[in-house]
Amino acid sequence: MAGPNRVRCARRVEARWWLVSVPVRVVTLLVAFALVVVGAVYVVAHFIVANPPTVDYTHAASGGVVNVVLQEDPQNNSSSRPDWVSYFVMKPGANPNLQSSWVHTTLFSVPANTRVNMTIYGYDGCTPPRNNFWAEVSGTIGNVIAFQQFKDTNKPMGPVHVTPTLNGWSHCAVGHTFAIPSLHLFVPVGSPNASASLCSSSPCVAGPFTLQKFSFMTPPHSGEYRWQCFVPCGGGFVDGNGGPMQTLGYMTGQMTVVGS
Amino acid sequence: MSHSATAAGSGDSSRHGLRIFLIWLPLAIVADLLIWFAWYPHMAPGRMSDQAQGQQFDIAVMAMLAAPVLLFVWVYFAYALIVWRRRAGDDEDGEPIHGNTRIQATWITATAVIVLGLFVFGTVELIVPAGAGAGEGPAPSWRPNTTDILQVQVIGQQWAFTYRFPQFGGFESTQLELPVGQQVQFNVTSLDVIHSFWPYLLGVKADANPGVNNVAFAKPQELGRFVIRCNELCGIWHGAMFDYGRVVTPAAFQVWARGMQAREARIGLLRDLPPYALTYDPTVIPQLGQDLIKVAGITGANGYYYPSQFQSGDPGDPVSP
Repeated sequence: MAGPNRVRCARRVEARWWLVSVPVRVVTLLVAFALVVVGAVYVVAHFIVANPPTVDYTHAASGGVVNVVLQEDPQNNSSSRPDWVSYFVMKPGANPNLQSSWVHTTLFSVPANTRVNMTIYGYDGCTPPRNNFWAEVSGTIGNVIAFQQFKDTNKPMGPVHVTPTLNGWSHCAVGHTFAIPSLHLFVPVGSPNASASLCSSSPCVAGPFTLQKFSFMTPPHSGEYRWQCFVPCGGGFVDGNGGPMQTLGYMTGQMTVVGS
Repeated sequence: MSHSATAAGSGDSSRHGLRIFLIWLPLAIVADLLIWFAWYPHMAPGRMSDQAQGQQFDIAVMAMLAAPVLLFVWVYFAYALIVWRRRAGDDEDGEPIHGNTRIQATWITATAVIVLGLFVFGTVELIVPAGAGAGEGPAPSWRPNTTDILQVQVIGQQWAFTYRFPQFGGFESTQLELPVGQQVQFNVTSLDVIHSFWPYLLGVKADANPGVNNVAFAKPQELGRFVIRCNELCGIWHGAMFDYGRVVTPAAFQVWARGMQAREARIGLLRDLPPYALTYDPTVIPQLGQDLIKVAGITGANGYYYPSQFQSGDPGDPVSP
């Protein structure tokens, strides 16, 4: 008789070893719930609503003119996607030959009703646009750009071309485009000599590049204006449509126009 | 059912039907008159084109058919709530009903007439021009009865529409201007993912698929500005893929189109564009004859896609012309 009773007691003890008190269970549930909430908030804050920084050019304007400087590189070296092509924005008035002058972002703000003198350093190689219509310059003052290739800093390869088109199909000429569609601003960005070794450390301050300048007027009212590249620059994605082409901080961005 | 409830609620069922009908009929007439005279002239998508006007008429007819049905349901519901509501002390079930041939026949006949009428009306309206703005594919079943048609190619790409005008040298533009009173044929296609060309004030909505020419027709009949939106989720800037087009006088359109053609010829862009075609292969650069997908990726090309003479170290003259 004693044998079976001992077995039953042992089973009861075995069945209870994992049982904990009600307060402990409540606390455990609350902690687990809090962890889930904190995790969700972290994901939303850091991956969904987080934006790259905005470079403020509103205070750099003088006499109705502001000078904005960008560069586009074959890589970025400063993110979790270092191999993605990317634009950089220079701090207002900084020295473009110093890496510390550049911010890995595609967001910048400018004052309303102001002439933007845009300078773009094109360090990336050439890629033909899917639609060669983007060879046309439109929306700039005079519908032209000033374009010059460089072997390296201070080593121009030829004269400055002032041109209304930059044909990316017949020549290795176009790296990307800078376009603000809602302002009907479409500008092909030149690429350096196709055979040269491209800059491999971003932000680029050495290596072959193109220097490109154009001007346009900002609208008279405040607003957000998306800008983008029309070259399929999402390498590794279907038809080049994904990745950097669809990500703020890389090949697409926003120009914030601030009213007075 | 209590005695009082029975007296108030049952009685002669045909009188209930007559009462409901007499309440419903004036309401239905008033509703339809309001729809036709007050709402119809202001209904979307307006009357900026024949397509939009046709769709506006269709929506008005549908509303005039739907309003009496909706009112009948509401009137019957209200009548039942008021006349057949539970009275104080009434705790009996309702009387069982074992078929009513007149009600069944009326119900089946009325619903059949409505459904078949909508079927015939909808089919006819799809076949006649009212359905031509929706994109009929590459071989449209309906064509306008004229040869004077302005051809406009709509090219969707992430994230903008561009337009080519083959009757004006094939020039391409990010702006869309159309002449009033002119039959227009939109040839809608895409260079990358699926988009949808949707100038809704013109009554046009046509999917833009890569490798497909989707034809839609419209005839602008009012001057003014219209919104163009993409109506197919196409990436991060889908929501910002909108612009404005304009319907202008024929003379103003000629000035604009001839001016665009002359400018693009002068700067060499017409020469640089691919020959006009109803679709374009986005993976092939015709001038280079290379398949973009089969070579080392799409970006950071560093000359991969270009003939060897452009990789010799000679920068050449990259500026065209």
